[in-house]
Amino acid sequence: MEKKLLLEKVHIEGIRHYDVYRREGGYRSVEKALKMQPNDIVEEVKKSGLRGRGGAGFPTGMKWSFLAKPDGVPRYLVCNADESEPGTFKDRYLMEFIPHILIEGMIVSSFALGSNTSYIYIRGEYDWVTDILENAIAEAKQNGWLGKNIQGSGYDLEMYVQRGAGAYICGEETALLESLEGKRGNPRIKPPFPAVKGLWGCPTVVNNVETLAAVVPIINEGGEAYAQIGVGKSTGTKLISACGNINKPGIYEIDMTITVEEFIYSDEYCGGIPNGKKLKACIPGGSSVPILPANLLLTTAKGEKRLMNYESLSDGGFATGSMMGSGGFIVLDEDQCIVRHTYSLARFYRHESCGQCSPCREGTGWMEKILLSIESGKGKMSDIDLLWDIQRKIEGNTICPLGDAAAWPVAASIRHFRDEFEWHVNNPEKCLTENFGLRHYADPVYVAGS
Amino acid sequence: MSEEIKTIKVTIDNITIDVAPGTSILQAARMIGGDVTPPAMCYYSKLEGSGGKCRTCLVEVAAGSTADPRPMPKLVASCRTGVMDGMIVKNMTSEKVPEARAGVVEFLLLNHPLDCPICDQAGECHLQDLGYDHGKEGTRYQFARRTFKKEDIGPYIQLHMTRCILCYRCTYVADQITNKRAHGIIDRGDHAAISTYISKAIDNDFSGNMIDVCPVGALTDKTFRFKNRVWFTKPMDAHRDCQTPGCCGKATLWLRGDEVFRVTARKDEWGEVQSFDGKPGWICNTCRFETKQTSSWTIEGLTTISRHSVIGANKYQTLEMPKETVKKVMRGVEPKLLMDIHSVSGVNNPDIHLSEINGPAHSSDFKK
Amino acid sequence: MIQFKETSLKKVAEIIARYPEGKQKSALLPVLHMAQVEFGGWLDVPVMDYVATLLNIEPIEVYEVASFYSMYNLKPVGKYLFEVCQTGPCMLNGSDNIIDYIKQKLNIGVGQTTADGMFTLKTVECLGACGYAPMMQFGKTYREHLTKEKVDSIIEECRAKAN
Repeated sequence: MEKKLLLEKVHIEGIRHYDVYRREGGYRSVEKALKMQPNDIVEEVKKSGLRGRGGAGFPTGMKWSFLAKPDGVPRYLVCNADESEPGTFKDRYLMEFIPHILIEGMIVSSFALGSNTSYIYIRGEYDWVTDILENAIAEAKQNGWLGKNIQGSGYDLEMYVQRGAGAYICGEETALLESLEGKRGNPRIKPPFPAVKGLWGCPTVVNNVETLAAVVPIINEGGEAYAQIGVGKSTGTKLISACGNINKPGIYEIDMTITVEEFIYSDEYCGGIPNGKKLKACIPGGSSVPILPANLLLTTAKGEKRLMNYESLSDGGFATGSMMGSGGFIVLDEDQCIVRHTYSLARFYRHESCGQCSPCREGTGWMEKILLSIESGKGKMSDIDLLWDIQRKIEGNTICPLGDAAAWPVAASIRHFRDEFEWHVNNPEKCLTENFGLRHYADPVYVAGS
Repeated sequence: MSEEIKTIKVTIDNITIDVAPGTSILQAARMIGGDVTPPAMCYYSKLEGSGGKCRTCLVEVAAGSTADPRPMPKLVASCRTGVMDGMIVKNMTSEKVPEARAGVVEFLLLNHPLDCPICDQAGECHLQDLGYDHGKEGTRYQFARRTFKKEDIGPYIQLHMTRCILCYRCTYVADQITNKRAHGIIDRGDHAAISTYISKAIDNDFSGNMIDVCPVGALTDKTFRFKNRVWFTKPMDAHRDCQTPGCCGKATLWLRGDEVFRVTARKDEWGEVQSFDGKPGWICNTCRFETKQTSSWTIEGLTTISRHSVIGANKYQTLEMPKETVKKVMRGVEPKLLMDIHSVSGVNNPDIHLSEINGPAHSSDFKK
Repeated sequence: MIQFKETSLKKVAEIIARYPEGKQKSALLPVLHMAQVEFGGWLDVPVMDYVATLLNIEPIEVYEVASFYSMYNLKPVGKYLFEVCQTGPCMLNGSDNIIDYIKQKLNIGVGQTTADGMFTLKTVECLGACGYAPMMQFGKTYREHLTKEKVDSIIEECRAKAN
């Protein structure tokens, strides 16, 4: 079922601008929040069950309650708009078309956390989106939602947008803070966590764009009402960025009760696979999460229909499941080569490794080179085991999760598509011109008998 | 009110020790010493902010603390993880650690040139030691290694980036000990390099300490370059009344005969600069590079070197000759060869003693 | 001598004011973006040294940062920069063909600039436009759903603008 909280009004003409946004009920949550106690807002967010929408899915209310509050030390809220996970482009959509919802959510969140200066760290390539946000901030300030003594409440808040300059790693919250401090985006060694020592050594909360925007409906309708939507611990709505080989790529706001099958094939969402092709595989949560072959994607190992939510997507662990991640839904049709695709992702992670710790710095490049040689017909059978061993030695042994993010796609590709790797090794003359195809991965529902 | 000094208990490889709160696992392990201590390539106790990067000191935390005895899900960098009361740590006793550490060694050596035979650091290289102690034989890497051009950074130091393992220690020295940093980390990922970017000279009284903290042969002393092998030189502790503010004036002279080939700071058993009166004993460039006459120094005596180190070879002349002869020890048997092949092999003529053959033995020698 | 124009200097002061006292280094990324736009599309050493002076930091701190982030050009680039995404989702939608087409059309390799100094081709990793693949960054904005025809018209557009 489509349930819209964030994108409900996105198609209204002029919603990018304050007057229309306000007329459509914008900034009500700020009016309401300023009359509440900051801690009650945190409680409301806890009740909502909102989980971080950046990828890790950590409960937002809990993250907020970890924020240290020493006397005389400023606290900061930083919005993570460094959207860079391949397959993910939802934050850009939100900021580009309905920027005020982010600003509104940030004002409420800043008030709840006691931040008087909040920053939006946006990826450098979103240059024009930066202008849109800065314009929206200026409009909000002109209308008394930012600055000194907001709406007569005595609460002061300034908000600034800072552009990054091309580094995926700055989506990791401590690397983001380093970058915001004008340094290289090297993730910090934790502890201390940002909640204790963050921006310029002060307690800081870093939240994703979609997370902060979701605070608006939570405060407007109440945390309990938000928690009613969805299923289990997957409450509220989630923006899914759908891309790859589908008829209708784009951003979809879903409540997390629909099945993966419906999401891919229904005309309301992705609209199926183009050109009558069959589904081969899918990465359901951004490039870092494990790829699943069609059969395991649509049904769990237990034989249940897989749903588009945190629990169901991870059902079966890494053996037969994947993760919700950032909601970057990448679909591969029968013509796609898993080895080539894995190589492309390995190249991405090598390019984006900060180079600080040795397993990631050296291991990502090594995996890329081996994958390229297998893809170009120069691989050996032992290379497949070697790849497996390298990813295993990177995973869990690095400073930040980029190591895991680089290891998982390689591991999952070998786990589920080993025969395709072996085919490349055994058919060096064919592997650049021919396609391994589907074999037993074919979607059992939609290709039966065809 | 009496102030109680609280200590906490940590168990590493089944050895329990009391330490002050705030101690890291690595520091606690160093207090125990021996094989319990994880190796450290980037951590340097005298440099604030160092550590966490090389991942060689990874250990398993089998129990987080008495209050929360759950194991930690991943291996942790012992240099940057504080101990908790009741924490149980596994280093050598862990099943996971040796494998992960061998992996890290392989990663560190992946692009390393292994040019030890022509590297000045050989014999005192921490990467060599690490490789021998924790690595595996051979390499599985089949691609071209990353290389960089050599770079002179100032009159005294040569940067051989190809050997660098990016421990960042030298940048911390520049930040914390010299008054100005002119070099840093350029580029990112597997292209990241230590550099001045535009070949700027590093000109500072304390820049030489970067050589001492470098765990590999990436930063070497140009005044010592190719002059000698470290194990041919004899390390002597010495001091002088140095006028440079901040210089401890205590050094190790590396001698051959009466000639001072090299001056370094004094190192402790972990390969770090020794502390004197609680302060790290950094030395200035005048002491290090320009004071190479024994007459300028008061020599204290031979530097203590680990018996396991190649540098210790032939240095300890005070050993006494054993009084018992080999014949006596071997109950009257005269030593000829350590293994007498005549007694186990009928191929050769037992009447011919190998020791009597002049030069290399040939089959014809046995046909007499 | 390298110097920002008056309006830019005012903007720099405005950016520095966003951070607490003494944290002016935080302005480094935005100021480098401004410098790249104002001083010819790339960051030459004297430009970086100038930025270091403006922010009262060591030049090496600027070099470290400028060389870390992929958007700063440390070598001269053409008047128009095509930055084509080649990561997974774009690859699934034929980005390799687009890159090959641009190479052939402009007769340059990746990372090269045309002899007339007009165009530079770069391949980049995921730009967050996966649903609109294949795509490239072109100046301040993106050009999406690329086809050979679209590439042709972008090149024409540039040539027209340059004349």
